[in-house]
Parts: sequence; structure tokens; C-alpha cells
Amino acid sequence: MCFGPFPLHQTMASRKESAASGSSPLETPVKQIQIDGLVVLKIIKHYQEEGQGSEVVQGVLLGLVVEDSLEITNCFPFPQHTEDDVDFDEVQYQMEMMRSLRHVNIDHLHVGWYQSTHYGSFVSRALLDSQFSYQHAIEESVVLIYDPIKTAQGSLCLKAYRLTPKLMEICKEKDFSPEGLKKACIGFEIMFEEVPIVIKNSHLINVLLLDLQEKSTVADKHELLNLSSSNHLEKSLQLLMDRVDDMNQDIGKYNTYCRNLSKQQQQKQQYLQRRQQENTQRQSRGEPPLPEEDISKMFKPPQAPPRMDTLLIAGQVTCQSVIFMGRSLF
Amino acid sequence: FRIPQNNELSPPAGHVNFLLIREIHVANVASTGFCQPPTSAGGQQHESHGDLRSLSSSLFIIILHFLYEIMAVHGPVVKIHPVVLASIVDSYERRNEGATRVIGTLLGTTDKHSVEVTNCFSVPHNESEDEVAVDMEFAKNMYELHKKVSPSEVIIGWYATGYDITEHSVLIHEYYSREAPNPIHLTVDTALQSNKMNIRAYVSSQMGVPGKTVGVMFTPLTVKYVYYDTERIGVELLQRTRASPSRTNGLTTDLAQVASAAGRVQEMLTTVLSYIEDILSGKVMADNSVGRFLMDLVNKVPKITAEDFESMLNSNINDLLMVTYLANLTQAQIALNEKLVVL
Repeated sequence: MCFGPFPLHQTMASRKESAASGSSPLETPVKQIQIDGLVVLKIIKHYQEEGQGSEVVQGVLLGLVVEDSLEITNCFPFPQHTEDDVDFDEVQYQMEMMRSLRHVNIDHLHVGWYQSTHYGSFVSRALLDSQFSYQHAIEESVVLIYDPIKTAQGSLCLKAYRLTPKLMEICKEKDFSPEGLKKACIGFEIMFEEVPIVIKNSHLINVLLLDLQEKSTVADKHELLNLSSSNHLEKSLQLLMDRVDDMNQDIGKYNTYCRNLSKQQQQKQQYLQRRQQENTQRQSRGEPPLPEEDISKMFKPPQAPPRMDTLLIAGQVTCQSVIFMGRSLF
Repeated sequence: FRIPQNNELSPPAGHVNFLLIREIHVANVASTGFCQPPTSAGGQQHESHGDLRSLSSSLFIIILHFLYEIMAVHGPVVKIHPVVLASIVDSYERRNEGATRVIGTLLGTTDKHSVEVTNCFSVPHNESEDEVAVDMEFAKNMYELHKKVSPSEVIIGWYATGYDITEHSVLIHEYYSREAPNPIHLTVDTALQSNKMNIRAYVSSQMGVPGKTVGVMFTPLTVKYVYYDTERIGVELLQRTRASPSRTNGLTTDLAQVASAAGRVQEMLTTVLSYIEDILSGKVMADNSVGRFLMDLVNKVPKITAEDFESMLNSNINDLLMVTYLANLTQAQIALNEKLVVL
């Protein structure tokens, strides 16, 4: 389910000069994210209305960069990819939306995208690809992950992630083989980095909130104190087990690859030795030596970071479930 | 509504009632045709019309706002989601130079007795003394785009910021009645004229003498705020930005949330307990309906012995601990594997 990288290149081509600086700083250019209350509400609403079926909703974040913090001032949702909409033009949708928003003075700078997640399992190849292309085009872009299930339990769960510079390097080179990864010394902890989020509201919105609070009743907001968390626990555990299984398979594959590689090395050695022997025999008999054949029966199945992703998923889901459980414990 | 008395200006005799009705129409009706009096106009009459018009229009509007508070409403109940209001306020803040108000389309769903407003977008428009120009092309385009994301939302009305309903509003309302049957008009007072942000909804209805002079009246509707559960939680989080001076707020930790929720429940319990004590000591009259609620409350507590409850809780906690332990084990394993591979 790969999302907006393609339209992004076209829209960003003209804006690249104006958006980020030309040089790529080594430390993260974004220290903090400031989100408008409106964006939070919109994301919540989008998932609530459209996300019940397919579990993942996506959208675009708009805003601007102010010194070392990223301000997100508006957002718009992206329609779902349905089968009967094969030639639905994403680019056109985005362009039209941004053009219209420009008319009403809404910031039309693309600064990232958001995605909802299901029980914390959002780390996937698609996310990596999309975020990479976003970050490649715009230095400061982030992906906001919204967890509706955890939010429904009482506390807004919104996290912002960026790819670390190291991972950016690797993705740029597209060298996902084990040797490449070993060289770069990537561990799963340094793939994504989390950026702290701060919510900001203008004065007028504060007045609105005051009004809302006066009018709303003291409703039942006690989801937090719900003791029966076994349902969520089961689901999280199930997902964790699935990820561990995937991980297992991947490791198995890697092991077979290593074994095959070493076997092949042995075979090569044996072949070379036999060659040598034959050559000496032939020489002793006075015949021309056999030509050295090209020993390029090397097959090297590149182990791509699906391995890395599985790692990260496992780590991620683990973390999520730990946090989740830790909270329910209280 | 009662017709306001005009005792300051002395309109020509014999035309009093007619003029009064005319002026009240004028206060609500936009089209310039109505504004021309049928009798031949001298300059003087125009002046008096002007004064009369503004006087009665302001009087009318005062009455309307007063009646809004007490009048029974005939029409659907309007349920608004907070995201719509936040959007409106935001587009007001971003309005062009010189524009006094912002208008836009409301999207949502209708049902027999209520209208639920779930989304909106602003539409650029120009407004001057005499005329109003709304970019309808833009409105149509935006609606198409929005439909792609949420196909179930339809245009159900429009909104405007500001306190009054002006003559231009009627024109715009007419345009929207072509898009939607019986559109809702929402006003959000962002100028905070009465120290509050008044959020009102109206629906238009015909009035006047049929066949002769007809006009349009906006009848108010009740406005309710509805939230999805997650929205409620989001709004609660946003409420906290009111407290901080820089209007910012970080996302809170889980423990803090649980603590605050427990605190709230405790507060509510103390309130209820103090109320009961007051009744018992005779300070407050006992109220039967409240008493019934209390009975409900007490009966909701499940009937289990303390040991059973404790054992249930403990087994729950044990489950959690075990899963936590396993998860930590997995994490350690993964980290180890990582290091081994890199070797």
C-alpha cells in the first residue's frame, strides 16, 4: 500500500529550493513538532469515519518549518485505494486540493503525512519507502502515527517519527544486502527516531474550547479505569507472535543462505584444486592446460531489510505491548 | 414575534403598518427589488426609510437573539462535531485582509429529526455594501474532492462567522438551497460580541403575504455538540492548552492520565456523598428521581465477595506480568541476534 511518493516528486520539484536548505545537516533538523489542535481533531475524525474497515487511513500534513521546529497547521485526508478506482489520479487529487487550500490562505506546504495504525503494527516496507521519499524531498518531513485503539482507551496516542540519517544513507544506496548493512552497523534501535510533539492552540480556539466545555455535560470518560483489558492484550499478543514467527522464518532463511554460501565456497575450492591437479597432470603429459573457467556460479541472494523490518516490527510491537500493559497494570 | 413600535420617526400616516412590515422584511431580505418602496420616492422618504430600516432591523435582530434563547424550535436538531467549529475558527483567522467574515460549506449527514455536521471547508467570497460574490466553482470542486474521501457526506448547509444575519446571507442561502434541500445556516460569532462565542444554527422559512411581498425568515434551531469517543478524548487534551501561558501542551504520560481520571471519579463520589449527607441531616429536600439514580448506582456494583474480586484482579495482573516478561525476553533475544549477525 505505497502512498504518495510519486506525486510528491512532482509537486516538490519546484519547491525544493524554497523549502529546505540545500545542504543536508548531519543532526536532525527537527527538534520538535508543533501541532494545531485542528489537525488532531481532523485526524481523529478521519479515522473514525473512514477507517473502520481497512484499518489504515492516510493523509497529508501541511504546515511550515520555523527554525528547528516543524509546525503542522492543517491536514487533509487521502481517499482509500479501492479496486474499482484503478486509475484514480493521486497526483491530481493532491494538486487540486493544495491549489484550493491556497485560495483560502491555508498553508500549502507539504511537511509530512499521517497514518493510522492497528495495535501498533505500522513498521513496514511501505512506510519505510514512503517516508524515505518524503524525507529525501523535504528534509524535515515526519510521519505521524495515530493509534485509535489506544486513544479510545483514554489517552491520545500520536507519535511522530523520522528516519535517522544513517538509514537515509542506506536507502539512498539501495544496498540492502547483509554485507551492506553490516558495513553501516545498523541496529534496529537507530532506524527511526521519535520527535516530541507539542499541541498548540490559538486564543480563539481556546475560547471555543471554553464554550464547548461549558456546554458539554460531565460525561462518562472513564475508559481509562477499565480493568478488563484482556481483549486488547490478546490481540497485541497475537500480533507479537505473528511477528516473531515472521522473524523466525527470516532468520531461518538467512541461516540457509549462510550455509549455502559456505558450501559453495567449499565447492569452489574443491573445483580449483581439481583444476590444479588436472593441469599438473596434463603438463606432465605435455598437453595444453585447460582454460580457467569463469567461476561465476556465485549466487548471492540479497537479504533485504525485510529482515530489518521484521526486527523493527518485533521490537516495536514489543515496546508497544509493554507500554500498553504497563499502563493497564495501574 | 411582536412588531416593534416606531415612535421616533413619524412615517407618513396610513403607511405605518405597511412600512413596518416592509422594513422588517428588508431587514431579512436581500434582493434590491424589495428595497424600493412602491410609492414614488422623494429623497426625504429614502432617508426616513434608511433610518427606519436600520432601526427596525436592529430591533428585529435583538428580538431574534433574545428569542433564540427561549423559543421552541421547529426543525431538525443540529449536531455539530468540534472539528467543524475548529475548522471555522481557523479559516476565520486566516481570512484575507479586509474581509470581515468568512463563509463556507457544511458537510454532513441528515436524518429524520437531526442533522449531523461532520466536516466543512471555507469558500472564498467577496462582500461589499451592495453585492456579494461567492466562488461557486471553487465550492463545487472542493465538494468533489471531499466526496472522494468520504462518499457519505453531503452538503447540508453553510456557515458564516459573525454575529448577525445580513441581507447577503439570504442570497447565499438561496444558492445553497439549490445544492441541498432545506439547508442549515450556522453562525459562529468569532468577534465575541457578547463575550462568548455564540454558535447558532438557522433554517430558512418563507414568511409574508403570499402572492405579494414574500420574505425569508431564519428560524433558529437547537445546537448540540456530539463527539465520537476518541474525539472527546482529543478535545479534552486540547482543553489543557488553555491553562498554559504559551498555549502549548505536550502529550501526557499514561500514568498521569490514569491519576487524573481516578481523581475525577473521587471528586464525583465526594459530591454525591455530601449531597446525601445533606439530605440525611435535613438540609436539602430529598428528590425522588435523584434517589432512583442513587439506587441504580449502588446496584451496579457487582455482588462478589472481596476474596473473589482480589483473586480475579491478581490473576489479571499475573497475566500482564507474564506477557511483559515474555516480551522483554523477546526483545533481549532480538538484540542479541542483532549483535551476533553484525559480528
